[in-house]
Amino acid sequence: MRNQVEAILVGVGAVLALVLAGLAADEGMRVHAWVLFGVLAIATWFLLRRVDFSKAKAIPLKADVATTEPFYNDTVVRYGVIATSMWGIVGFLVGIVIALQLAFPDLNIEPWFNFGRMRPLHTSAVIFAFGGSALITTSFYIVQRTTRASLFGGSLAWFVFWGYQLFIVLAATGYLLGITQSKEYAEPEWYVDLWLTIVWVAYLVVFVGTLVKRKEPHIYVANWFFLSFIVTVAMLHVVNGLTMPVSLLGAKSYSAFSGVQDALTQWWYGHNAVGFFLTAGFLGMMYYFIPKQANRPVYSYRLSIIHFWSLIFLYIWAGPHHLHFTALPDWAQTLGMVFSIMLWMPSWGGMINGLMTLAGAWDKLRTDPILRMLAMSVAFYGMSTFEGPMLSIKSVNGLSHYTDWTIGHVHSGALGWNGMITFGALYYLTPKLWGRSRLYSLRLVNWHFWLATLGIVIYAAVMWVSGIMQGLMWREVGPDGFLAYSFVETVQAMHPYYVARAFAGVLFLAGGLIMAFNLYQTIRGRLRDEAPMGQSVVEGAATPAE
Amino acid sequence: MTDKHPKKENKALEGALPEAKADPVARGLLANHGKIERNASLLLALSLGVVTIGGIVEIAPLFWLENTIEEVEGVRPYSPLELAGRNIYIREGCYVCHSQMIRPFRDEVERYGHYSLAAESIYDHPFQWGSKRTGPDLARVGGRYSNEWHVQHMIEPRDVVPESIMPSYSFLANADLVVEDPAAHLVANRRVGVPYDEAMVENAMADLTAQADPDADWSGLLERYPKAVTGDFDGDPTRLTEMDALIAYLQMLGTLVDFSTETPQQAAAVEEEEAG
Repeated sequence: MRNQVEAILVGVGAVLALVLAGLAADEGMRVHAWVLFGVLAIATWFLLRRVDFSKAKAIPLKADVATTEPFYNDTVVRYGVIATSMWGIVGFLVGIVIALQLAFPDLNIEPWFNFGRMRPLHTSAVIFAFGGSALITTSFYIVQRTTRASLFGGSLAWFVFWGYQLFIVLAATGYLLGITQSKEYAEPEWYVDLWLTIVWVAYLVVFVGTLVKRKEPHIYVANWFFLSFIVTVAMLHVVNGLTMPVSLLGAKSYSAFSGVQDALTQWWYGHNAVGFFLTAGFLGMMYYFIPKQANRPVYSYRLSIIHFWSLIFLYIWAGPHHLHFTALPDWAQTLGMVFSIMLWMPSWGGMINGLMTLAGAWDKLRTDPILRMLAMSVAFYGMSTFEGPMLSIKSVNGLSHYTDWTIGHVHSGALGWNGMITFGALYYLTPKLWGRSRLYSLRLVNWHFWLATLGIVIYAAVMWVSGIMQGLMWREVGPDGFLAYSFVETVQAMHPYYVARAFAGVLFLAGGLIMAFNLYQTIRGRLRDEAPMGQSVVEGAATPAE
Repeated sequence: MTDKHPKKENKALEGALPEAKADPVARGLLANHGKIERNASLLLALSLGVVTIGGIVEIAPLFWLENTIEEVEGVRPYSPLELAGRNIYIREGCYVCHSQMIRPFRDEVERYGHYSLAAESIYDHPFQWGSKRTGPDLARVGGRYSNEWHVQHMIEPRDVVPESIMPSYSFLANADLVVEDPAAHLVANRRVGVPYDEAMVENAMADLTAQADPDADWSGLLERYPKAVTGDFDGDPTRLTEMDALIAYLQMLGTLVDFSTETPQQAAAVEEEEAG
């Protein structure tokens, strides 16, 4: 990397952050400016030292190795793979901590590590740090391969990557400091939102620029989904983030909307953070990695078209199902419910297109744990996109809303669909990006697969039981006509399930740590001497028999 | 690209099912879709157009349909101290576990009181309806417990509710309330539509300190903010703490609308009938 200009710009940024720390109008902005100064100062130092974190020991390449073509800009993708793995571990770990806080409240450490500040840290770490890094990374890789063009804009891609990482750091430190807009999954305050907007526009420019200079006549289906994800998230982020700062030098702002309008704007955003960030973008990943790993063409081109346009059209309407039986007008609730149910069809269209791509290659599921991971992710996608429309039915929602059932639903999607497909993508990418003949160990992938699957299944099952139980206990009326349970009795009843849920999280994290180890060894150029998958296990390797 | 031009039609149908290729409608659809696939700007414009529709149809009418928010007496902007308390409520992420939205169900109305009306959060920038009840709903918690109970409960929740899993917030009792410029907060709210008048803005600092001061003259404050709960909240009249502000906010939640008069309930009932 040549980075004189970058070093100067980041250094100037550090100085400006210092000035801001002096001028800040409130405590939040003051502390945040110091955080920004620290981050930029360290970044300047690294830039001046010309440190490259993605370099790895060169190993003699075997003849069959698919090396990365020097033509593509892959260094930023390598950084993305490392960042995604790291944020995954962080996000899962914080998840376990807050799960344990619900079971054992003494684990709250006031004020910075209380549940109320930690929960946004967990959701943002998983959705935006882990998921967002995965999306940026894979979209940069995929768009280059499917257009046969290098990334547009030169070092703009680096700005997107590091700018996004800076956004994550500011958002995360902000939550712990108590800087929040309190809009779920859109908690960062106005100035962090503005920064993200700049980064996001740069992302759009890099992506569209690469599409425009493509050498393939057609834009591949994965890129439709990525493009729609980038554009729609920009729209949602800008509208939902409209606020009035108290002072341009202060952290605090007041939402432009209030009450019922604010609620619907927020859930229009919130549900489509799921619909476009966690669905459309990840479908882009599905449409590339599954055909590649299975070495089969996408099942149906026609289904891709129908599925794409109906999915993006219908998703945007589904937001009001988060506000059933609230003070939102009935017509809006009903509209949200109807569209949520319709959404089932395009969702399953996508699932069918993904799973049926394996037609004729089903046997590979036995021997290729990476493909199995990708297939399982699509299966979980199908499951949670069935459960979602069901939960959006008003009579079901009357029971499920405000309970852990929703939390379980979200996690079968986030851990099962987003997590698994990202793991599969990372396993696919790492050997290719670092020029290794294969992963360090496929058997460790197999371990990861089973730990993660078991973790998700336990998590979802436990939350079904606790959520439905909680909902039923709240509404139970005794023979005397009074409520059967006080609120705190329902809290007490949750305890064993909260412990079991934390255990499920530990299994999922253990899988993530195994992945991190496996990827690290792969990057270092090591190959584990092991029996191929599908054969009996070599002596000493503790893996379940196939 | 031009050398590939003659292949366009075939390329568009590549991967399509044989029956799709035979069906002229599907063939046309696929061939036309090829135009979109070959034009990044067109794809961008169309996909953006498609995703704007739902939001426009669903959200925009809420801003002008008059029956979205029922008319009730009593809802007023937050006093400076309540607003400061509300900002602490937001800062600590209370909404993560506590909803402020009572649904019109028998059990909820029995447990928490009259179901929530849209009008009650008309000055809430942002709304605090919440999405999860790890703890109970707080929409009408005002006046339910004494200030002393709240202080104890914040300092160590398990002292008053042994089975509670709420984190302790004892630091609030030791943190002086710092609002660098209360008037600026009211002005920011006014810019987004909250009807704070000049007198409210001018007296913002005075009102902030007076509300929790047991020796203050509250007549001006109560005129500007009817039903505001006054007096020392945190048990230490010599200091104005974050605990004072938070409890001042909690003690007014859901108390502004008088549900003993029948009007709002009737109005809501009529509305429900209309809605069907």
